[in-house]
Amino acid sequence: MKSFVKNLKELLKYPSAIAGLSMIALLILLSILALNKYPYSEAIKLWRGTEQDWYTSPKFAQPAWTNWFRLNKLSETITVDSSQHPDYISVDEKSDGSSVIKISLPFTFNADSYQTDLAVYFKSTFKDKKPFVAVSLKTPDGRTIRLKNMAIGTTDTYRISQDKALIRKLDGEQPEIALFQDPESNPPQPLKGDYALEIEGVTFEPGSDINAEFIAFGDVSGIAGTDHLRRNLLIPLLWGTPVALLFGLLAAVGTTIISMSIAAVSTWYGGWLDNITQRIVEINMILPFLPILIMVGTFYSRSIGVILGTVIILGIFGSQIKTFRAMFLQTKESPYIEAARAYGASDSRIIFQYMMPRVIPVLIPQFILLIPSYVFLEASLAILGLGDPILPTWGKIIDDAYSNGALYNGWYYWVLEPAFLLMFTGLAFAMVGFALDRIFNPRLRGQ
Amino acid sequence: MSEANLPLDSSEITEQEVKAKGGTNTFSRVAKYTAVRIITLFFTVVVALYLTVLIANMGGYVDEIRRAQIREDVNQRVANDPAMRNVSQEARITKINEMVTIQEKRFGMDQPFVIRSFKYLWSAITLNLGKATQMTSNSGSTSVRTIILERLPTTLLLFGTEALLLFFTAMYFSLILSRKYGSIWDKILIALTPLSAAPGWFYGIFLVLIFAAILKILPFSGMVDSPPPTEPLQYMVSLFRHMTLPVTALLIGGIFIEIFAWRTFFLIYSSEDYVDMAKAKGLTSRDIERKYILRPTLPTIITSFALLMITIIVGGPIIETLFVWPGIGRAQFQAIGYFDTPVILGITVVYAYLLAITVFILDFVYAIVDPRVKIGGGESKQ
Repeated sequence: MKSFVKNLKELLKYPSAIAGLSMIALLILLSILALNKYPYSEAIKLWRGTEQDWYTSPKFAQPAWTNWFRLNKLSETITVDSSQHPDYISVDEKSDGSSVIKISLPFTFNADSYQTDLAVYFKSTFKDKKPFVAVSLKTPDGRTIRLKNMAIGTTDTYRISQDKALIRKLDGEQPEIALFQDPESNPPQPLKGDYALEIEGVTFEPGSDINAEFIAFGDVSGIAGTDHLRRNLLIPLLWGTPVALLFGLLAAVGTTIISMSIAAVSTWYGGWLDNITQRIVEINMILPFLPILIMVGTFYSRSIGVILGTVIILGIFGSQIKTFRAMFLQTKESPYIEAARAYGASDSRIIFQYMMPRVIPVLIPQFILLIPSYVFLEASLAILGLGDPILPTWGKIIDDAYSNGALYNGWYYWVLEPAFLLMFTGLAFAMVGFALDRIFNPRLRGQ
Repeated sequence: MSEANLPLDSSEITEQEVKAKGGTNTFSRVAKYTAVRIITLFFTVVVALYLTVLIANMGGYVDEIRRAQIREDVNQRVANDPAMRNVSQEARITKINEMVTIQEKRFGMDQPFVIRSFKYLWSAITLNLGKATQMTSNSGSTSVRTIILERLPTTLLLFGTEALLLFFTAMYFSLILSRKYGSIWDKILIALTPLSAAPGWFYGIFLVLIFAAILKILPFSGMVDSPPPTEPLQYMVSLFRHMTLPVTALLIGGIFIEIFAWRTFFLIYSSEDYVDMAKAKGLTSRDIERKYILRPTLPTIITSFALLMITIIVGGPIIETLFVWPGIGRAQFQAIGYFDTPVILGITVVYAYLLAITVFILDFVYAIVDPRVKIGGGESKQ
């Protein structure tokens, strides 16, 4: 054990190992952050969320920080909600019970690209008679463009960008572009400045009111951007971290420990037991690992627990058991084992207390190197459509991105973000693993 | 990695036989070894296939395939029977159900699962894989065997090219680097080795991003242009262009760790006494490399290569899916989408066969390059 600690200290002499260890620490921090920021139930609710949860965020938006590296800033999503700002509303009650409600939603448009979509979400309370609203847009240069007059229900949405009549009025141009253009400029430029969406409503019952939320969807959103279902990618990116680490760690621990125990027992007793183990390893080699996982995933369950279990069962008799066997064959002949036998130590004592501890330092590098391969396996399965149906994971982001043609359509962030995290995890463990390997197996590696 | 120092196989029987007949010539030894290997491998395949059938039938899926097929056959026959034309709907359904029961009995569906499982095993061994529920082959057949056989050559083309390229590139660079131990290139390699932690498909994403999406010089996916060029030469060029990205992706995923492991082996072996002796005799470095370093390390290298090959073949479905390569891996992905059970099961069986063939070929090569054919005692080197 002492030499083990000494070896770990030696690890700090390798800059790559230090880098790897700090990267692993960062990943663990990220996991803790994920669990704190989005508790399990909330993360699941948001990840499986419907239009209701995500209507305020844009589709296919790039991360907001990409604007730092751009000369022409992309538009951000603008949200103005009158229910958050009572001062935007002015009410003029009439004696007959009806009232005129004026809502002015101010916003600043400052980007070099246009918004991608415009919508107004109305909420109102009334008994029988629907309120009536007239929507118009005030531009920085003082023009007022009338958009639409409509009656609204308790909840109603006016999708400005899909208003056919308005598009006709704007000579066939998309409203989100035409409304924000400088009419003086040629070629047309976006007109930056302070706009206001003016809503003039009339309610016909006492106590009835109107609230409006104006959303101008942009090209960028949040730290991580959004996907095809308007979901904030930050949630699966953050949540993917603990899932990936846990999956990798459990699979590596499970396969290594069980396969080491089997190797130890079978080499110790030798004979037919050893023979059977060897044959099982050969059969396991012929069993196609991924297709079997695909079969299990398709026929039984895609839950991450079932997949993890199958991975461990198939991994036990993988090629590593041969390495363990070779090591145990050597250890078995060592004088100290003979001594233990001479004083009458029981078989199980020799196997679990004398033989196994001896090889543990040697297998640690392998064990560390196994973790990223399982992390990638989980991602691979997700890409084949066999990801866990509930949990958000990195692989599922890549799968979604691919099935929506992210690379064809230029939504590179969607693929690059999870790929970066996967690579980061892979490199972190690989760097530590290779450094450990050079320390523990000097003859093989260092020369 | 470190499993590379172990031989694939360890059938002690062969070892003893070889020891007993130590004096016979190489050819008969290799032939005998090969024969024994074929027999053991065949049994291994049978057991592996049986396990596959068991796993698949845990939820009764193989039974379902059979039942569905029987029902379809009966429906066909009743529909084509002129005598049944004027019979009422109910009577026809009763007739169909009766016939299905008889047929199920005829095919032994009423027997216990143990007996049936061996029947399924037999049809798996003989590649009698049934009919697909949704998918069809390019020629329109629904036979799973045709669907798979039609796609097998494209899969073999991709992974065969990849395997040869990987083997020879890794061999070439590891020999060079073992000569230049401690040089800047050696250090670069060591720094690059952790890249092998990620599988090939992962680099495929980046390659597509760079070469297809941004630079637009190579196609995103597929096997040939659409429509396929008619001229053979153009066809080859188109095929080559489409193969570049998947093959490169697989290469990046596997090459660094292989070069690293092999370079280390060459280093260890080049510090052996007999190599020093050869140097002292004044042999050329080319001769030393070939006869004194490469020769004794080849079996180990082939073993590690076999393990790598298996990882690559088994990882096939992903790379084929990402690059829309029309091989069996892609077929499997489609089958998952359609929930086409017979195809999924059939492809698993074919993969098992592919792996067995790979293991066999490499075993055979192993026997040729290692004249000792000292299987199972290979650990003695370490």
